[in-house]
Amino acid sequence: MTDPHLLAVVTPYTIPVPLMDVLQVTVLVLVAAGATAVVLVRDLPRQVIVLSGYGLLLAVLFLVFQAPDVTLSELTIGAVALPMLLLLALAKIRRREK
Amino acid sequence: MSPGQRRWVFLAGLAGLAAFYLWGLSGLPGFGNYPGPYGYIINRIAVAQTNATGVVSAVNFEYRGFDTVGEEFILFIAVAGMAVVLRHLRSERARDPDKPGEDWSIPAATDAVRLTALLFTGPVIVLGWWLASHAQTTPSGGFQGGVVLATSLMLVYLAGEFLLFRRISPADVIDAVEAAGAAGFAAVGLTAVALGLPYLKNFLGLGAVPGAVSSSGTIALISFFVGLEVAAAFTLIVGELVEQTLLVQQGDQ
Amino acid sequence: MHIFPFVVVAWILGVGLYGIVTSRHLVHQIVCLIVVQSSTYVLLLGVGYRTGAVAPYFFDVPVHTPAVDPVVQALALTDVVVEAAVTALLLALAVQAQKRFGTLDPQELVQLKG
Repeated sequence: MTDPHLLAVVTPYTIPVPLMDVLQVTVLVLVAAGATAVVLVRDLPRQVIVLSGYGLLLAVLFLVFQAPDVTLSELTIGAVALPMLLLLALAKIRRREK
Repeated sequence: MSPGQRRWVFLAGLAGLAAFYLWGLSGLPGFGNYPGPYGYIINRIAVAQTNATGVVSAVNFEYRGFDTVGEEFILFIAVAGMAVVLRHLRSERARDPDKPGEDWSIPAATDAVRLTALLFTGPVIVLGWWLASHAQTTPSGGFQGGVVLATSLMLVYLAGEFLLFRRISPADVIDAVEAAGAAGFAAVGLTAVALGLPYLKNFLGLGAVPGAVSSSGTIALISFFVGLEVAAAFTLIVGELVEQTLLVQQGDQ
Repeated sequence: MHIFPFVVVAWILGVGLYGIVTSRHLVHQIVCLIVVQSSTYVLLLGVGYRTGAVAPYFFDVPVHTPAVDPVVQALALTDVVVEAAVTALLLALAVQAQKRFGTLDPQELVQLKG
Protein backbone atom coordinates (compact mmCIF):
# COMPACT_ATOMS: atom_id res chain seq x y z
CA MET A 1 0.00 0.00 0.00
CA THR A 2 1.38 3.40 -0.92
CA ASP A 3 1.99 6.02 1.71
CA PRO A 4 -1.45 7.52 2.31
CA HIS A 5 -0.04 11.00 2.59
CA LEU A 6 0.91 11.11 -1.09
CA LEU A 7 -1.71 11.84 -3.68
CA ALA A 8 -1.52 9.29 -6.47
CA VAL A 9 -3.56 11.40 -8.87
CA VAL A 10 -4.09 15.13 -8.70
CA THR A 11 -7.54 16.11 -9.97
CA PRO A 12 -8.98 19.61 -10.30
CA TYR A 13 -10.99 19.07 -7.13
CA THR A 14 -8.53 17.88 -4.52
CA ILE A 15 -7.27 20.08 -1.72
CA PRO A 16 -3.76 19.51 -0.33
CA VAL A 17 -3.77 17.11 2.59
CA PRO A 18 -2.58 19.50 5.37
CA LEU A 19 -5.29 22.01 4.47
CA MET A 20 -7.86 19.24 4.49
CA ASP A 21 -6.66 18.16 7.93
CA VAL A 22 -7.09 21.67 9.33
CA LEU A 23 -10.55 21.92 7.77
CA GLN A 24 -11.63 18.59 9.18
CA VAL A 25 -10.38 19.32 12.68
CA THR A 26 -12.14 22.70 12.70
CA VAL A 27 -15.45 21.31 11.58
CA LEU A 28 -15.20 18.39 14.02
CA VAL A 29 -14.67 20.80 16.92
CA LEU A 30 -17.65 22.86 15.74
CA VAL A 31 -19.81 19.74 15.53
CA ALA A 32 -18.85 18.70 19.06
CA ALA A 33 -19.71 22.18 20.31
CA GLY A 34 -22.99 22.11 18.39
CA ALA A 35 -24.00 18.77 19.91
CA THR A 36 -23.29 20.13 23.39
CA ALA A 37 -25.38 23.21 22.61
CA VAL A 38 -28.33 21.13 21.39
CA VAL A 39 -28.39 19.10 24.56
CA LEU A 40 -27.92 21.98 26.98
CA VAL A 41 -30.71 24.17 25.61
CA ARG A 42 -33.81 23.30 27.62
CA ASP A 43 -36.39 25.62 26.09
CA LEU A 44 -38.01 23.54 23.40
CA PRO A 45 -38.65 25.77 20.36
CA ARG A 46 -35.19 27.19 20.81
CA GLN A 47 -33.72 23.72 20.89
CA VAL A 48 -35.38 22.90 17.57
CA ILE A 49 -33.72 25.88 15.91
CA VAL A 50 -30.36 24.91 17.40
CA LEU A 51 -30.96 21.40 16.04
CA SER A 52 -31.46 22.86 12.60
CA GLY A 53 -28.12 24.69 12.87
CA TYR A 54 -26.48 21.48 14.11
CA GLY A 55 -27.85 19.68 11.04
CA LEU A 56 -26.21 22.29 8.85
CA LEU A 57 -22.87 21.82 10.65
CA LEU A 58 -23.15 18.07 10.22
CA ALA A 59 -23.80 18.54 6.51
CA VAL A 60 -20.61 20.58 6.21
CA LEU A 61 -18.74 17.84 8.10
CA PHE A 62 -20.00 15.17 5.74
CA LEU A 63 -18.96 17.29 2.78
CA VAL A 64 -15.46 17.65 4.19
CA PHE A 65 -15.36 13.87 4.67
CA GLN A 66 -15.92 13.53 0.88
CA ALA A 67 -19.50 12.26 1.08
CA PRO A 68 -21.77 14.55 -0.98
CA ASP A 69 -24.70 12.12 -1.01
CA VAL A 70 -24.89 11.97 2.76
CA THR A 71 -24.57 15.77 2.81
CA LEU A 72 -27.69 16.10 0.67
CA SER A 73 -29.61 13.71 2.85
CA GLU A 74 -28.57 15.33 6.11
CA LEU A 75 -29.28 18.81 4.79
CA THR A 76 -32.81 18.06 3.69
CA ILE A 77 -33.65 15.90 6.69
CA GLY A 78 -31.76 17.43 9.57
CA ALA A 79 -32.17 21.06 8.69
CA VAL A 80 -35.65 21.04 7.18
CA ALA A 81 -37.81 17.97 7.71
CA LEU A 82 -36.94 17.13 11.33
CA PRO A 83 -37.40 20.66 12.72
CA MET A 84 -40.69 20.86 10.83
CA LEU A 85 -41.96 17.64 12.42
CA LEU A 86 -40.76 18.71 15.85
CA LEU A 87 -42.40 22.13 15.62
CA LEU A 88 -45.69 20.60 14.48
CA ALA A 89 -45.69 18.18 17.39
CA LEU A 90 -44.77 21.00 19.76
CA ALA A 91 -47.68 23.10 18.46
CA LYS A 92 -50.03 20.28 19.30
CA ILE A 93 -48.50 19.73 22.73
CA ARG A 94 -48.40 23.40 23.62
CA ARG A 95 -52.06 23.86 22.74
CA ARG A 96 -52.99 21.00 25.04
CA GLU A 97 -50.92 22.39 27.87
CA LYS A 98 -52.79 25.67 27.85
CA MET B 1 -33.62 7.42 43.06
CA SER B 2 -33.38 11.17 43.02
CA PRO B 3 -32.30 13.04 39.90
CA GLY B 4 -28.93 13.92 41.42
CA GLN B 5 -28.17 10.31 42.26
CA ARG B 6 -29.30 9.25 38.82
CA ARG B 7 -26.89 11.73 37.31
CA TRP B 8 -23.93 10.35 39.28
CA VAL B 9 -24.77 6.73 38.48
CA PHE B 10 -25.02 7.66 34.82
CA LEU B 11 -21.68 9.47 34.85
CA ALA B 12 -20.01 6.44 36.46
CA GLY B 13 -21.46 4.20 33.76
CA LEU B 14 -20.41 6.63 31.06
CA ALA B 15 -16.85 6.67 32.40
CA GLY B 16 -16.73 2.88 32.13
CA LEU B 17 -18.13 3.01 28.59
CA ALA B 18 -15.61 5.67 27.60
CA ALA B 19 -12.75 3.59 28.99
CA PHE B 20 -13.77 0.54 26.97
CA TYR B 21 -14.36 2.66 23.87
CA LEU B 22 -10.92 4.28 24.03
CA TRP B 23 -9.33 0.90 24.63
CA GLY B 24 -11.06 -0.39 21.50
CA LEU B 25 -10.02 2.71 19.56
CA SER B 26 -6.37 2.03 20.18
CA GLY B 27 -6.62 -1.08 18.01
CA LEU B 28 -7.97 0.79 14.99
CA PRO B 29 -5.72 1.61 12.03
CA GLY B 30 -6.40 5.29 12.54
CA PHE B 31 -8.35 7.90 10.67
CA GLY B 32 -7.42 7.99 7.01
CA ASN B 33 -5.62 4.65 6.84
CA TYR B 34 -8.50 2.76 5.34
CA PRO B 35 -7.48 -0.92 5.41
CA GLY B 36 -10.46 -2.85 4.15
CA PRO B 37 -10.63 -4.44 0.72
CA TYR B 38 -14.25 -3.64 -0.14
CA GLY B 39 -13.77 0.04 -0.83
CA TYR B 40 -10.92 -0.61 -3.24
CA ILE B 41 -12.69 -3.44 -5.02
CA ILE B 42 -16.00 -1.65 -5.48
CA ASN B 43 -14.40 1.58 -6.64
CA ARG B 44 -12.49 -0.32 -9.25
CA ILE B 45 -15.24 -2.50 -10.71
CA ALA B 46 -18.48 -0.62 -10.17
CA VAL B 47 -18.36 1.63 -13.22
CA ALA B 48 -17.42 -1.24 -15.50
CA GLN B 49 -20.02 -3.60 -14.12
CA THR B 50 -23.04 -1.33 -13.84
CA ASN B 51 -22.31 1.65 -16.12
CA ALA B 52 -23.20 3.90 -13.19
CA THR B 53 -20.72 6.60 -12.30
CA GLY B 54 -22.37 7.29 -8.95
CA VAL B 55 -20.85 4.40 -7.04
CA VAL B 56 -22.75 5.11 -3.80
CA SER B 57 -26.10 4.75 -5.54
CA ALA B 58 -24.84 1.66 -7.33
CA VAL B 59 -23.96 0.18 -3.95
CA ASN B 60 -27.33 1.21 -2.53
CA PHE B 61 -29.53 -0.13 -5.29
CA GLU B 62 -27.47 -2.91 -6.84
CA TYR B 63 -24.72 -4.37 -4.71
CA ARG B 64 -26.64 -3.97 -1.47
CA GLY B 65 -30.12 -3.68 -2.92
CA PHE B 66 -31.60 -6.12 -0.46
CA ASP B 67 -30.57 -3.88 2.45
CA THR B 68 -32.28 -0.95 0.78
CA VAL B 69 -35.52 -2.89 0.42
CA GLY B 70 -35.42 -3.50 4.13
CA GLU B 71 -34.73 0.16 4.95
CA GLU B 72 -37.51 1.33 2.68
CA PHE B 73 -39.92 -0.97 4.42
CA ILE B 74 -38.80 0.38 7.78
CA LEU B 75 -39.90 3.78 6.47
CA PHE B 76 -43.20 2.31 5.30
CA ILE B 77 -43.92 0.63 8.63
CA ALA B 78 -42.97 3.74 10.60
CA VAL B 79 -45.58 5.74 8.68
CA ALA B 80 -48.17 3.02 9.16
CA GLY B 81 -47.34 2.92 12.86
CA MET B 82 -47.79 6.67 13.08
CA ALA B 83 -51.20 6.45 11.46
CA VAL B 84 -52.23 3.81 13.98
CA VAL B 85 -50.84 5.64 17.02
CA LEU B 86 -52.43 8.93 16.04
CA ARG B 87 -55.89 7.51 15.55
CA HIS B 88 -58.74 9.57 16.91
CA LEU B 89 -59.45 8.75 20.52
CA ARG B 90 -63.02 8.22 21.48
CA SER B 91 -63.37 11.58 23.15
CA GLU B 92 -61.98 13.65 20.32
CA ARG B 93 -63.57 15.29 17.39
CA ALA B 94 -61.92 17.09 14.52
CA ARG B 95 -62.49 20.75 13.90
CA ASP B 96 -63.66 21.47 10.40
CA PRO B 97 -61.01 23.75 8.91
CA ASP B 98 -63.47 25.27 6.47
CA LYS B 99 -65.45 26.76 9.32
CA PRO B 100 -63.06 28.38 11.81
CA GLY B 101 -64.57 29.17 15.16
CA GLU B 102 -64.40 32.37 17.16
CA ASP B 103 -61.48 31.19 19.23
CA TRP B 104 -59.47 29.47 16.48
CA SER B 105 -58.56 30.42 12.97
CA ILE B 106 -55.97 29.20 10.53
CA PRO B 107 -52.81 31.14 11.37
CA ALA B 108 -51.81 33.37 8.48
CA ALA B 109 -48.23 33.84 7.43
CA THR B 110 -46.62 37.20 6.86
CA ASP B 111 -46.25 38.42 3.32
CA ALA B 112 -42.51 37.79 3.21
CA VAL B 113 -42.93 34.14 4.19
CA ARG B 114 -45.77 33.68 1.73
CA LEU B 115 -43.81 35.16 -1.14
CA THR B 116 -40.67 33.17 -0.47
CA ALA B 117 -42.49 29.90 0.04
CA LEU B 118 -44.68 30.19 -3.02
CA LEU B 119 -41.74 31.40 -5.12
CA PHE B 120 -39.62 28.40 -4.24
CA THR B 121 -42.22 25.67 -4.51
CA GLY B 122 -41.82 25.18 -8.26
CA PRO B 123 -37.99 25.10 -8.31
CA VAL B 124 -37.99 22.73 -5.33
CA ILE B 125 -40.22 20.28 -7.19
CA VAL B 126 -37.94 20.42 -10.22
CA LEU B 127 -34.89 19.93 -7.99
CA GLY B 128 -36.46 16.95 -6.23
CA TRP B 129 -37.42 15.33 -9.51
CA TRP B 130 -33.89 15.90 -10.87
CA LEU B 131 -32.35 14.38 -7.77
CA ALA B 132 -34.58 11.32 -7.85
CA SER B 133 -33.94 10.59 -11.50
CA HIS B 134 -30.15 11.04 -11.58
CA ALA B 135 -29.14 8.47 -8.99
CA GLN B 136 -26.55 6.79 -11.13
CA THR B 137 -24.68 9.84 -12.39
CA THR B 138 -24.17 12.47 -9.72
CA PRO B 139 -24.51 12.64 -5.94
CA SER B 140 -28.26 12.21 -5.83
CA GLY B 141 -30.72 9.42 -5.50
CA GLY B 142 -34.19 8.33 -4.62
CA PHE B 143 -33.96 9.07 -0.91
CA GLN B 144 -32.77 12.65 -1.20
CA GLY B 145 -35.04 13.41 -4.14
CA GLY B 146 -38.06 12.08 -2.32
CA VAL B 147 -37.44 14.22 0.75
CA VAL B 148 -36.95 17.33 -1.38
CA LEU B 149 -40.24 16.61 -3.16
CA ALA B 150 -42.01 16.31 0.17
CA THR B 151 -40.42 19.60 1.23
CA SER B 152 -42.16 21.35 -1.62
CA LEU B 153 -45.53 20.39 -0.17
CA MET B 154 -44.39 21.56 3.24
CA LEU B 155 -43.59 24.92 1.66
CA VAL B 156 -47.23 25.20 0.64
CA TYR B 157 -48.26 24.58 4.24
CA LEU B 158 -45.72 27.09 5.55
CA ALA B 159 -47.07 29.75 3.23
CA GLY B 160 -50.23 29.66 5.29
CA GLU B 161 -52.23 27.88 2.60
CA PHE B 162 -53.53 25.32 5.00
CA LEU B 163 -56.68 24.47 3.05
CA LEU B 164 -54.73 24.20 -0.21
CA PHE B 165 -52.28 21.87 1.49
CA ARG B 166 -55.08 19.60 2.59
CA ARG B 167 -56.68 19.66 -0.81
CA ILE B 168 -53.56 18.76 -2.80
CA SER B 169 -52.47 15.99 -0.48
CA PRO B 170 -55.55 13.86 0.13
CA ALA B 171 -54.68 10.97 2.37
CA ASP B 172 -55.94 8.17 0.16
CA VAL B 173 -54.12 9.35 -2.95
CA ILE B 174 -50.84 9.77 -1.07
CA ASP B 175 -51.37 6.36 0.55
CA ALA B 176 -51.76 4.81 -2.89
CA VAL B 177 -48.62 6.56 -4.18
CA GLU B 178 -46.60 5.34 -1.22
CA ALA B 179 -47.83 1.80 -1.66
CA ALA B 180 -47.04 1.97 -5.37
CA GLY B 181 -43.51 3.07 -4.63
CA ALA B 182 -42.84 0.35 -2.09
CA ALA B 183 -44.52 -2.34 -4.20
CA GLY B 184 -42.69 -1.15 -7.30
CA PHE B 185 -39.33 -1.69 -5.67
CA ALA B 186 -40.29 -5.18 -4.55
CA ALA B 187 -41.81 -5.88 -7.96
CA VAL B 188 -38.59 -4.98 -9.78
CA GLY B 189 -36.82 -7.58 -7.69
CA LEU B 190 -39.53 -10.15 -8.31
CA THR B 191 -39.38 -9.52 -12.05
CA ALA B 192 -35.77 -10.58 -11.91
CA VAL B 193 -36.85 -13.76 -10.13
CA ALA B 194 -39.48 -14.38 -12.81
CA LEU B 195 -36.74 -14.16 -15.42
CA GLY B 196 -34.77 -16.87 -13.66
CA LEU B 197 -32.18 -14.54 -12.10
CA PRO B 198 -31.55 -13.97 -8.39
CA TYR B 199 -33.80 -11.47 -6.60
CA LEU B 200 -33.01 -7.84 -7.52
CA LYS B 201 -30.44 -8.73 -10.14
CA ASN B 202 -29.99 -6.05 -12.80
CA PHE B 203 -31.88 -7.38 -15.80
CA LEU B 204 -32.40 -4.28 -17.90
CA GLY B 205 -29.91 -3.18 -20.51
CA LEU B 206 -26.96 -1.34 -19.09
CA GLY B 207 -26.84 1.40 -21.70
CA ALA B 208 -23.92 2.45 -23.84
CA VAL B 209 -22.39 5.38 -21.96
CA PRO B 210 -21.52 5.09 -18.29
CA GLY B 211 -23.25 7.80 -16.38
CA ALA B 212 -26.01 8.72 -18.79
CA VAL B 213 -29.49 9.02 -17.36
CA SER B 214 -30.75 5.99 -19.25
CA SER B 215 -27.85 3.77 -18.29
CA SER B 216 -27.34 1.27 -15.49
CA GLY B 217 -30.55 -0.65 -15.90
CA THR B 218 -32.63 -1.20 -12.84
CA ILE B 219 -30.74 1.30 -10.69
CA ALA B 220 -32.55 4.25 -12.27
CA LEU B 221 -35.88 2.47 -12.09
CA ILE B 222 -35.48 1.55 -8.44
CA SER B 223 -34.38 5.06 -7.60
CA PHE B 224 -37.57 6.40 -9.18
CA PHE B 225 -39.75 4.11 -7.07
CA VAL B 226 -37.82 4.93 -3.93
CA GLY B 227 -38.24 8.64 -4.62
CA LEU B 228 -42.01 8.21 -4.94
CA GLU B 229 -42.23 6.24 -1.75
CA VAL B 230 -40.10 8.56 0.38
CA ALA B 231 -41.92 11.67 -0.87
CA ALA B 232 -45.31 10.14 -0.13
CA ALA B 233 -44.14 8.88 3.28
CA PHE B 234 -42.96 12.29 4.42
CA THR B 235 -46.09 13.98 3.09
CA LEU B 236 -48.17 11.51 5.08
CA ILE B 237 -46.14 12.13 8.21
CA VAL B 238 -46.58 15.89 7.97
CA GLY B 239 -50.25 15.47 7.10
CA GLU B 240 -50.83 13.34 10.19
CA LEU B 241 -49.17 15.83 12.50
CA VAL B 242 -50.99 18.75 10.90
CA GLU B 243 -54.28 16.97 11.34
CA GLN B 244 -53.48 16.53 15.01
CA THR B 245 -53.49 20.29 15.43
CA LEU B 246 -57.11 20.25 14.30
CA LEU B 247 -58.29 17.79 16.90
CA VAL B 248 -59.99 19.08 19.96
CA GLN B 249 -61.11 17.27 23.09
CA GLN B 250 -64.85 17.00 23.71
CA GLY B 251 -65.85 19.40 26.37
CA ASP B 252 -63.23 22.11 26.07
CA GLN B 253 -63.18 25.05 23.69
CA MET C 1 -5.56 13.41 13.76
CA HIS C 2 -5.40 9.66 13.90
CA ILE C 3 -8.11 9.21 16.51
CA PHE C 4 -9.54 12.72 16.84
CA PRO C 5 -12.77 12.05 14.84
CA PHE C 6 -13.48 8.98 16.95
CA VAL C 7 -12.95 10.95 20.15
CA VAL C 8 -15.47 13.48 18.83
CA VAL C 9 -17.88 10.59 18.16
CA ALA C 10 -17.49 9.44 21.76
CA TRP C 11 -18.07 12.99 22.97
CA ILE C 12 -21.28 13.42 20.94
CA LEU C 13 -22.53 10.04 22.14
CA GLY C 14 -21.80 10.88 25.75
CA VAL C 15 -23.38 14.31 25.56
CA GLY C 16 -26.49 12.91 23.89
CA LEU C 17 -26.85 10.17 26.48
CA TYR C 18 -26.42 12.73 29.26
CA GLY C 19 -29.23 14.74 27.71
CA ILE C 20 -31.52 11.71 27.57
CA VAL C 21 -30.84 10.71 31.17
CA THR C 22 -31.28 14.13 32.72
CA SER C 23 -34.16 15.36 30.59
CA ARG C 24 -37.48 16.62 31.95
CA HIS C 25 -39.50 16.65 28.74
CA LEU C 26 -40.15 13.85 26.28
CA VAL C 27 -39.61 15.99 23.19
CA HIS C 28 -36.26 17.17 24.59
CA GLN C 29 -35.34 13.51 24.99
CA ILE C 30 -36.27 12.85 21.39
CA VAL C 31 -34.01 15.64 20.19
CA CYS C 32 -31.15 14.23 22.28
CA LEU C 33 -31.81 10.85 20.64
CA ILE C 34 -31.35 12.55 17.28
CA VAL C 35 -27.96 13.80 18.49
CA VAL C 36 -26.96 10.28 19.57
CA GLN C 37 -27.93 8.92 16.15
CA SER C 38 -25.88 11.58 14.43
CA SER C 39 -22.77 10.33 16.21
CA THR C 40 -23.11 7.03 14.38
CA TYR C 41 -23.09 8.80 11.01
CA VAL C 42 -19.83 10.55 11.88
CA LEU C 43 -18.38 7.21 12.99
CA LEU C 44 -19.37 5.46 9.76
CA LEU C 45 -17.91 8.15 7.56
CA GLY C 46 -14.79 8.38 9.71
CA VAL C 47 -14.14 4.68 9.30
CA GLY C 48 -14.37 4.84 5.54
CA TYR C 49 -12.19 7.87 4.96
CA ARG C 50 -8.94 7.61 3.08
CA THR C 51 -6.36 10.40 3.21
CA GLY C 52 -5.97 12.28 -0.04
CA ALA C 53 -8.93 10.59 -1.70
CA VAL C 54 -11.88 12.09 -3.54
CA ALA C 55 -15.59 11.33 -3.34
CA PRO C 56 -16.52 8.06 -5.09
CA TYR C 57 -18.12 9.63 -8.16
CA PHE C 58 -16.36 9.00 -11.44
CA PHE C 59 -18.17 11.09 -13.98
CA ASP C 60 -15.45 13.71 -14.11
CA VAL C 61 -12.36 11.97 -12.74
CA PRO C 62 -10.74 8.84 -14.18
CA VAL C 63 -11.91 5.57 -12.73
CA HIS C 64 -8.71 4.70 -10.89
CA THR C 65 -8.55 7.85 -8.78
CA PRO C 66 -8.23 6.93 -5.11
CA ALA C 67 -11.67 7.38 -3.59
CA VAL C 68 -13.19 6.94 -0.15
CA ASP C 69 -15.23 3.91 0.73
CA PRO C 70 -18.70 4.04 -0.86
CA VAL C 71 -20.25 1.24 1.18
CA VAL C 72 -20.32 3.16 4.47
CA GLN C 73 -21.69 6.18 2.64
CA ALA C 74 -24.54 4.09 1.31
CA LEU C 75 -25.29 2.90 4.85
CA ALA C 76 -25.20 6.41 6.32
CA LEU C 77 -27.38 7.76 3.51
CA THR C 78 -30.32 5.47 4.05
CA ASP C 79 -29.80 5.75 7.81
CA VAL C 80 -30.43 9.48 7.80
CA VAL C 81 -33.75 9.22 6.00
CA VAL C 82 -35.04 6.31 8.02
CA GLU C 83 -34.09 8.01 11.29
CA ALA C 84 -36.45 10.84 10.46
CA ALA C 85 -39.37 8.49 10.03
CA VAL C 86 -38.63 6.71 13.30
CA THR C 87 -38.37 10.08 15.05
CA ALA C 88 -41.80 10.93 13.64
CA LEU C 89 -43.18 7.74 15.16
CA LEU C 90 -41.66 8.66 18.52
CA LEU C 91 -43.21 12.12 18.28
CA ALA C 92 -46.60 10.55 17.63
CA LEU C 93 -46.15 8.45 20.77
CA ALA C 94 -45.24 11.57 22.73
CA VAL C 95 -48.34 13.42 21.49
CA GLN C 96 -50.61 10.53 22.48
CA ALA C 97 -48.84 10.19 25.82
CA GLN C 98 -49.60 13.79 26.57
CA LYS C 99 -53.25 13.22 25.79
CA ARG C 100 -53.44 10.13 28.00
CA PHE C 101 -51.37 11.17 30.97
CA GLY C 102 -51.42 14.93 30.79
CA THR C 103 -47.71 15.26 31.44
CA LEU C 104 -44.56 14.85 29.38
CA ASP C 105 -42.08 14.63 32.22
CA PRO C 106 -40.38 11.24 31.97
CA GLN C 107 -39.63 11.17 35.67
CA GLU C 108 -43.34 11.49 36.43
CA LEU C 109 -44.50 9.15 33.70
CA VAL C 110 -42.66 6.29 35.35
CA GLN C 111 -44.86 6.56 38.41
CA LEU C 112 -48.20 6.72 36.61
CA LYS C 113 -50.11 3.47 36.45
CA GLY C 114 -53.01 2.63 34.18
